[in-house]
Amino acid sequence: MSAIDRRPPVPRYAHGSRVPGWDEAVDLEKAPATVPDPALTPVPQQLREAIEAEMAKYPDRRSASIPALHIAQRHHGWCSPEAITQVACVMRLTPAYLTSVASFYDMFYLQPKAAHEVYVCTNITCSLLGADELYERMCQAAEGHDITVRGFECLGACDIAPMASVDGEYVGPLNLDDPALIVEDVEAGRPVLEHKQLRRRAVADAKGRVENFDGLAPVGQEGN
Amino acid sequence: MPHLLFDRIDEPGLNTIPVYERRGGYSALRSALAMPPEAIIEEIKQSAIRGRGGAGFQMGQKASFLPKGEMAKYLVCNADESEPGTFKDRELMQKCPHALIEGIIITTYATGIHRAFIYIRGEYQLQADILDQAVAEARAAGLLGENILGSGHSLELVVHRGAGAYICGEETGLLDSLEGKRGNPRLKPPFPAIEGLYAGPTLVNNVETLSTVPTIINMGGAEYAKIGTQGSTGTKLISVSGDVQRPGNYEIELGTPSREIIYGLCGGPRDGRSVKMWFPGGSSSPVLLESDLDLAYDFDTLAKAGSMLGSGAIIVVDDSHSALEVMQKVVKFYAHESCGKCVPCREGTNWTLKMIERIEAGEATPMDLDILASAQSQIIGHCLCVLGDAMAMPVGSIVEKFRDELAEEIEAARERANSLTYATA
Repeated sequence: MSAIDRRPPVPRYAHGSRVPGWDEAVDLEKAPATVPDPALTPVPQQLREAIEAEMAKYPDRRSASIPALHIAQRHHGWCSPEAITQVACVMRLTPAYLTSVASFYDMFYLQPKAAHEVYVCTNITCSLLGADELYERMCQAAEGHDITVRGFECLGACDIAPMASVDGEYVGPLNLDDPALIVEDVEAGRPVLEHKQLRRRAVADAKGRVENFDGLAPVGQEGN
Repeated sequence: MPHLLFDRIDEPGLNTIPVYERRGGYSALRSALAMPPEAIIEEIKQSAIRGRGGAGFQMGQKASFLPKGEMAKYLVCNADESEPGTFKDRELMQKCPHALIEGIIITTYATGIHRAFIYIRGEYQLQADILDQAVAEARAAGLLGENILGSGHSLELVVHRGAGAYICGEETGLLDSLEGKRGNPRLKPPFPAIEGLYAGPTLVNNVETLSTVPTIINMGGAEYAKIGTQGSTGTKLISVSGDVQRPGNYEIELGTPSREIIYGLCGGPRDGRSVKMWFPGGSSSPVLLESDLDLAYDFDTLAKAGSMLGSGAIIVVDDSHSALEVMQKVVKFYAHESCGKCVPCREGTNWTLKMIERIEAGEATPMDLDILASAQSQIIGHCLCVLGDAMAMPVGSIVEKFRDELAEEIEAARERANSLTYATA
């Protein structure tokens, strides 16, 4: 072994590598996994049908990779080796190909995650308005609960900054007391912070508003 | 000024066909299907509408680059909207999805395309669900599928959800992602109009651009071109966020003074603070100062001022924030989102972040600002796509415009670090 090989691994992508397991040794004795054999790979019927329906939408079946991984992640809770193998089996692709795709995108988990997930936006606008502290609070509040908290890149809702996406539901603007309420709502299975949901918010532009709007006008903007 | 896209957009039920049609929806489609396809492209060309996604390329010109005749051509609507500060397409898709669908049908008819995709970012789950419903509704009403409204034109439209990657908003990265790969940008040329999705000619347009097409057909291109300024026609949706009292989406006429937007519409900074800097077109645009607030908000004026209109996302930063803090947030984002395909971007973004962390740790000297600035100029124009440029441009402009403040920050951080060393010694 040369001197270079003995150097400790350099944690180059400490902020979050796109390649999980980049510092794990590859077993060169093992042959790469091929397209799984349908006879030997049990795939839940429901999963198979959902993936096949996605594949039918595109001229090239590979285009369904991302939708199929979404489906498998919902089914298994994360993109486990089993989930990837099942998708590979239905789509007739290699598990390595799908792992390469899954590892590229932030929304796929190659490690187990909790049942619920909270993305706290920590990008520029949200952080100007205190998202870093909010993120800390959210992490503290979620401790001991079945919730994964992540600082996330711009979620496209800077008008309600600082904001978070709770199992896909956008809520904001949040204050430092909200994380505890979010955890309560998630644990109780209730809609999250209903009065702060983006889906119920009126547009900021005064000419876009109507009197019979069934949602909420942004605070302080009624007279605009 | 007319409100073309946002007019009473909050109306309940506007996301369904009955309400949309009652307000005149799908009338543009009916008149378009009676026109020859070339005439539609001509109207779009006359409107001189520039792409609303960021690059600002004229839509009519882009559409005319597509080869004529029957072949496997595609339309891809870019609904990835991941530029920090941008959230206008979200409002459009959530509240008025049929304007987008109508725009897509008209554009595909004009260009002879029979397959279209809406690539929406994975985080927009509500908006994707609404689009799915709207597409199903349109199909049931005979507006999608075979022989649309008896015109002989057929179109399959698929809503495709992404999975969280900024780079998939770049058109060729988006195409790779739509093909089911990692979203790495491609070498250009060939441009997507010649060789795009599945190697077929592909037209890629932003949500707002396509949603405006029905309006252009209804008004006539020449009439539309009368709104705005000569080089920037029409109205524009802008997303204002950051340190303003009334953040949100607004529709403005291009050419409106920036001060009127930030102070008039949005109420200016909170608590009597003043504007320190503002990003006129998303976090990728070079920053402007308070003295630039009188610039007209349109493509050419902002370009002349050394910045860009980009996606129309104004981020306002008031004087309670340090330039270093802003720069670090911006750089962290791009370092995380670099796909890693091109060296200047992959290494440049990560090294820039390290250099900024050196400043914070008190290990930097004022000379580092020169290195920081020169690193940015090594990135710009040296990659396949503009992600690296998108970091280098704002960072370069912040270093240039806030040099004194950053130099002070470096000194202060060094003193802090030194006193800490002596204290522990």
